[in-house]
Amino acid sequence: MITFDDVVKVYPGGSTAVDHLSIELPTGKMTVLVGPSGCGKTTSLRMINRMVTPTSGRVLIDGQDVASQDEALLRRGIGYVIQHAGLFPHRTVLDNVATVPMLLGRTRREARKAALELLERVGLSEDFAKRYPAQLSGGQQQRVGVARALAADPPVMLMDEPFSAVDPVVREQLHREFLRLQQDLGKTIAMVTHDIDEAIKLGDMVAVFRQGGHLAQFGTPQQLLEEPADEFVAEFVGRDRGLRSLSFDTAAKVPVRPVAEAADLVLDDAGRPEGWRTVGGTTAATGGVFTVSDTLRLVTDLAISSPAGIAVRVGPDGKADGIVRHHDLVDYLAARREDRAAESRA
Amino acid sequence: MIQYLTNNSATVLAALQQHIMLALLPVLIGFAAALPIGYLGVRFPWLYHPLINTCGVLYSIPSLALFLFLPVILGTKVLSPVNIVVALSIYTVALLARTVADGLRSVDTTVTQAATAMGYRRTRLLLDVELPVAMPVILAGLRVATVSNISLVSVGTLIGVGGLGQLFTRGFQLFYMEPILIGIILSVLLAGLADLIIVLIQRAVTPWARFQRGGAA
Repeated sequence: MITFDDVVKVYPGGSTAVDHLSIELPTGKMTVLVGPSGCGKTTSLRMINRMVTPTSGRVLIDGQDVASQDEALLRRGIGYVIQHAGLFPHRTVLDNVATVPMLLGRTRREARKAALELLERVGLSEDFAKRYPAQLSGGQQQRVGVARALAADPPVMLMDEPFSAVDPVVREQLHREFLRLQQDLGKTIAMVTHDIDEAIKLGDMVAVFRQGGHLAQFGTPQQLLEEPADEFVAEFVGRDRGLRSLSFDTAAKVPVRPVAEAADLVLDDAGRPEGWRTVGGTTAATGGVFTVSDTLRLVTDLAISSPAGIAVRVGPDGKADGIVRHHDLVDYLAARREDRAAESRA
Repeated sequence: MIQYLTNNSATVLAALQQHIMLALLPVLIGFAAALPIGYLGVRFPWLYHPLINTCGVLYSIPSLALFLFLPVILGTKVLSPVNIVVALSIYTVALLARTVADGLRSVDTTVTQAATAMGYRRTRLLLDVELPVAMPVILAGLRVATVSNISLVSVGTLIGVGGLGQLFTRGFQLFYMEPILIGIILSVLLAGLADLIIVLIQRAVTPWARFQRGGAA
């Protein structure tokens, strides 16, 4: 657990970067610090490994004040990933990854062996080991950056805009891989980003900062979308937050009607949906189906986009086992919203 | 010319030897001195501008004036080779201190920041990361200093110690073309060879630099 205890940072000249911050970043979870530029999110992150010293207040890791620990030793125990990776241009990929184990006094041989395993873990083949950073693409460099941060198996990782410098397609891919990695490793991670979508996608917890180093809200992604603390958060989270919040619930409780009610639905002999019958007598594509474990967002999208205004549910065998009409969905979502409101009042 | 060479091989060889010594000893001294001086200019940012200004002024002193002026300061004999070595060492420091400072400053801050965040202490950061990364820039400066020294040694002949330069004065005095040509050719060959050796060293110690965008070859 990383604890910020009433932390303040005022820079010489009087500008306040962090204003009385008190939050706890849970162990084994990923907490994302998000906000516009100049909101103090990076300053806060850097206080964890003492790259920045607070003006007042304390930062603790598992109850131990970081200020009481040797700077270099503290940092060797905390993984660090930054934008553009910051790899050493004069060392091979393998030796970059082996950096912290070597600093910790392990032999070159041991460190390289561990590094090789980690490269594989972040999806880079052995061929990359002997290359220099300048020979890699941005996405590959960032993978090496993650491997390097993980090399000494630190319990805590800090990530400063780690995925901002790569193109959207590669970013998506890195997100997926990183989530999978974190599922295995369960590190305590603090990550900074200015991208709220990234925060909501990756974070177990999200801290939204606003200008002047104020914490605007600290909560789960779902809480931010459904119950933004104020106008600033609501605005920052974005206009379609209602739709996006549907990603957090599954379609398990959506009321379905019998398949037979969808007169235009074409099924094959086995009962699997094939498409929609059109006025011209041809068959249009189904446009997709959902299962009970899919998100409410997908159901909503299907109900809106299918020609009949109907989302089709299939069972594990691929056979259609129910349909959702979009007006039923609207009623369900309204009822769900009222239930939640009642819950949060209680 | 071949005739001249065979008849005077001892003289030419001695001149070449002296030339190499007078040119390269200052490179070693100057380089050794420039490393800490350049580092100070980076470590204490307020020192940087005074440092490069001083270097600029030192480098602009005409070599002949310096050769003649040094005996006054050092108390050496006017004809002593020490004057040449000291003078050229000053030029080398002037050239390389700035190069070292600029090389260290050219290291990407994301690299030094990442290194610090991974737990490097200052000395090890300098030796393991900053200096190696600055090496292509520093070695490029070393090439310039070496070639420049090789050409400057000849000026020393005007005060009696000038390596291959002595062949020029001899040629002028005797209205004789051969020694002048030999002097020129050997100077150029020596400069080219020294440059090549540094390039090869550069290739060997900074194999990564070839892949850098806009980096030294």
